[in-house]
Amino acid sequence: MGLRKPPCYDAHADAGARFTEFGGWDMPVEYDSIKAEHAAVRESVGIFDVSHMSEIEVSGPDATALMQRLTTNDVTALDPGDSQYSAIVNDEGVIIDDTVVYRLPDRDDRVYLFIPNAGHDEEMYDRWTSFRDEWDLDATVEDVTEEWAMFAVQGPDALETVSAAAPDASLGDLSKFQATFADVAGVECWVARTGYTGEDGFEVLCPWDDATSVWSSLDATPCGLGSRDTLRMEMGYLLSGQDFDPEDEPRTPYEAGIGFVVKLDTEFVGRDALEHQKEEGVDEKFVGFKLLDRGVPRHGYDIATQDGETIGVVTSGTMSPTLSEPIGLGYVPVEYADSGTAIRILVRGRQKRAKIVTPPFIDR
Amino acid sequence: MFEIPDDRKYLESHEWTTTDGDTVRVGISDFAQDELGDVVFVELPAEGDEVAAGDEFGVVESIKAVSDLYAPVSGTVVAVNEELFDAPELVNDDPYGDGWMLELEPSDTDEFEALLSPEEYREQTE
Repeated sequence: MGLRKPPCYDAHADAGARFTEFGGWDMPVEYDSIKAEHAAVRESVGIFDVSHMSEIEVSGPDATALMQRLTTNDVTALDPGDSQYSAIVNDEGVIIDDTVVYRLPDRDDRVYLFIPNAGHDEEMYDRWTSFRDEWDLDATVEDVTEEWAMFAVQGPDALETVSAAAPDASLGDLSKFQATFADVAGVECWVARTGYTGEDGFEVLCPWDDATSVWSSLDATPCGLGSRDTLRMEMGYLLSGQDFDPEDEPRTPYEAGIGFVVKLDTEFVGRDALEHQKEEGVDEKFVGFKLLDRGVPRHGYDIATQDGETIGVVTSGTMSPTLSEPIGLGYVPVEYADSGTAIRILVRGRQKRAKIVTPPFIDR
Repeated sequence: MFEIPDDRKYLESHEWTTTDGDTVRVGISDFAQDELGDVVFVELPAEGDEVAAGDEFGVVESIKAVSDLYAPVSGTVVAVNEELFDAPELVNDDPYGDGWMLELEPSDTDEFEALLSPEEYREQTE
């Protein structure tokens, strides 16, 4: 099966992008330099094509009930134009995916749009429709992944950049996690003050067929998935399929450090398992670390005690472009999870000294 | 178009090597540094270590990739470019100059002649 392509694929190729496969999509990983793209986002503004992210729309009289029972956060807290970070967990409380849930303006009933990770659209569509049918709920579920392109404009100058393309909108009035429909380059887009970099910024969902004109109206340094990854690692943000994965790295929201999205006073699949874990406490915790010796931690490297006993695995790691220091993320037993705890990382068979650091690694 | 200077020999694994008759110097090609992207870490052997032609002698890492380095000839390490430990970006900025990695005293000078010519290496990268 061929890879799926974002609507601006040709524009990226013309701009000199290199591409990589991610979640079944052929996406820009780097235009010129990951370091330079990373710095643009931290210091001015960058733009990412994240059209590989999935979009599922849920509407109808029971839309709220269906969303509430399949996500861990409380969707009834959302007014139109609000959004929330949330988790989708199985019966055991293990994270299947993390997502942002937007409440769109009401039509006859409440309407939600949620953003599963790349390549998860079919799985989530199936999950939503099969539970809807099992619970006999009246809700319409649509996979609109290839109706919406999505661009992330991120960095201290993001407000200026998006406002320049959307002169009629008052985007500065949006708080973090608020969203609105606005004309961008004359195209009606869903503009949200959300992101995955730790900087101020917006995510712009625009109709697939208008993607190229919206993309070219947003004047920012084009950035690929390479810098998206280094930016999120500096913040300690989770990457689906890597920092948690129902098959390879089964973790609950409490283990993964996102217990704040679990609202136990709501009813949802996996709630009882999570309530039990909250009472018992977790055995292992998601932590950050800095390497004190030279080297670069990578996904899959072992984490060990000072005595060399293996206690965990690195789930993400890189050389931090902002700090020029090697940083990583992973899970360790709670007794090793305190900031400052000395650990070792096994880099190609050699023990390197490291210490636990609670993310974010940079001040934000 | 990548730079492939005529004054040196190459390996299929993208290392270059020059010789002044006594020692050989080793680095990675312009093509290799471009493929890797921003180099952030280089691991090299110590002076006095022995390496054999075709063996791994170190590692170069960019943000997105880890790549082994292979010795073009057998010999003894007589110098390593320690500047790369603090400034690995020299590999990107000047792969054939300040981004050099290693100097070897070869044990068999015939090995040098068997390496790829610039023309042969250019064909490989096209």
